[in-house]
Amino acid sequence: MTKFRLALLSALTVAVSAHADVTLLNVSYDPTRELYAEYNAAFAKHWQAAGGEAITINQSHGGSGKQARAVIDGLEADVVTLGLAYDIDAIADKGGLLPKDWQKAHPYNSTPYTSTIVLLVRKGNPKGIKDWNDLTRDGVAVITPNPKTSGGARWNYLAAWAYGRETLGSDAAARDFVAKLFKNVAVLDTGARGATTTFAERGIGDVLITWENEAYLAQKELGADAFEIVTPSLSILAEPPVAVVDKVAGKHGTLQAAQAYIDYLYSKEGQEIAARNFYRPRDPEVAAKYAARFKDTRLVTVDEAFGGWARAHAEHFADGALFDQIFDGR
Amino acid sequence: MSAASNPVITETRGVRVLLIALACLFLGVVLVLPLAVVVGEALAKGLGAWWAAIDEPNALAALRLTLTAAAIAVPANLVFGVCAAWAVAKFEFKGKQLLITLIDLPFAVSPVIAGLIYVLLFGAHGWFGPALAAHDLKVIFAVPGIVLATVFVTFPFVARELIPVMQAQGSDEEEVAATLGASGWQTFWRVTLPNIKWALLYGVILCNARAMGEFGAVSVVSGHIRGLTNTLPLHVEILYNEYNFVAAFATASLLMLLALITLVLKSLVEARAAAAARAAHKAREHNS
Repeated sequence: MTKFRLALLSALTVAVSAHADVTLLNVSYDPTRELYAEYNAAFAKHWQAAGGEAITINQSHGGSGKQARAVIDGLEADVVTLGLAYDIDAIADKGGLLPKDWQKAHPYNSTPYTSTIVLLVRKGNPKGIKDWNDLTRDGVAVITPNPKTSGGARWNYLAAWAYGRETLGSDAAARDFVAKLFKNVAVLDTGARGATTTFAERGIGDVLITWENEAYLAQKELGADAFEIVTPSLSILAEPPVAVVDKVAGKHGTLQAAQAYIDYLYSKEGQEIAARNFYRPRDPEVAAKYAARFKDTRLVTVDEAFGGWARAHAEHFADGALFDQIFDGR
Repeated sequence: MSAASNPVITETRGVRVLLIALACLFLGVVLVLPLAVVVGEALAKGLGAWWAAIDEPNALAALRLTLTAAAIAVPANLVFGVCAAWAVAKFEFKGKQLLITLIDLPFAVSPVIAGLIYVLLFGAHGWFGPALAAHDLKVIFAVPGIVLATVFVTFPFVARELIPVMQAQGSDEEEVAATLGASGWQTFWRVTLPNIKWALLYGVILCNARAMGEFGAVSVVSGHIRGLTNTLPLHVEILYNEYNFVAAFATASLLMLLALITLVLKSLVEARAAAAARAAHKAREHNS
């Protein structure tokens, strides 16, 4: 009898767990690995505490543009958390997997956390790098990924451009400034993490242009005393957006969980996790708590400085556009 | 055998020593040193850390997937390779040259292109994409895609090993078997297979080594979902990119271990094949 009951019980648990298992796939970009490792564990707890089923969140990471391409080609992401809005626009336009106005679905243009672009230099700042203009000096080797393949690199490029225009007064002067900067680029990796490895692990270059969160992480993982972070006088407000991929989540029957997954990013706990992983939180209270970590500097947005991502892409990064002209003329 | 007793060697002792030293130095720098570095890095934090990196769900899932892909790709290519080599070596037909060229195609094409071919075929916007989606079948960014890509890049190994052996042997023995009334199947099992078995084993081992180590083609169709579609080589890259160097090298050392086992098997097969050839030679001399 006991045996029978045990068998029944185990059969029941199998049935229950088979029914209850929900799986989400979050397709993300390179630097968020550590952030989502922590966030996924917290969300799974929160979801179950709120009466949800047991939930598994799978992660896929890679260069932002490459990941968007994979989702368009059929990588079944329930949510995407990518490096820039342009890549999710591509999923909406070319893949038709979510509405074109996806960015209105969540607060703050669907970017629950932000970052900015900073300069990472070696201990003691041997080349005396204080701001963007130091990167155009002779004999300074710069590391940045390729804007054609890396979302982070596009932010880097636009931040340098915004600084050039601000200090030199015109787009023409900014173009010369950025061209001069790219003459100093020693290695052009395909992604942000690859560029960090080139700079930090392989010891190439004097300065790495990178996400603030990536710079802090490099310090944390590879030695706080090996590198220094230089926040330039002007930089760009990098807004890595998030979205539920409606068509895929609808097919999987995971819309509700995917929605909750994104919403929880905006909660106090979600914002704390973002801040702990060196992303600038949106929530004013959490932001105030971590104020010491994130240096105040002037930040321009892509919308105000470059007329939005669609225009910035057409003018700067499309084939034959400004970046190609600058880089070919190197 | 010393130089004095071997009239074929005309180089002076100094030249020979220099050549051997150069070869050893080259092998040391290009092969042995990197292997030693991998092992060194893998064990940098002790055996415990090494084992922790291996005995981890995502690493074990990657190991399982790598072995699964090899377990499907190798038999598939074994059957195909024997068929193709048989056809090429024993028969004359139109388009034979084309078939030989096609067998070599995976060697000529970059693995990345091989991966992209499958994306273009089976991707959501590919040729078969809509039909697959309608039946809720997943090929790329799932296990079938990884297996397909592996089959593609390991396609030529078995056939390429067998074709020269079978061509050299000709079809005399098979013809004798046929005149003695053996069926095609009997001829294959009793005559052809014993003649090609060492070449076949050798091809299978090479095929297996490549199947487990493939990175480029698999990377394109994988989707890089941890614990689901990461093979061992992809897992190594991910760990490295996460600054998890000990785990990355520990996983790499596991891959290396699989490669070493393959190499040992390969030299055993070669030794056995050489012995078998000598025995056959002796038997023939004895008979004549």
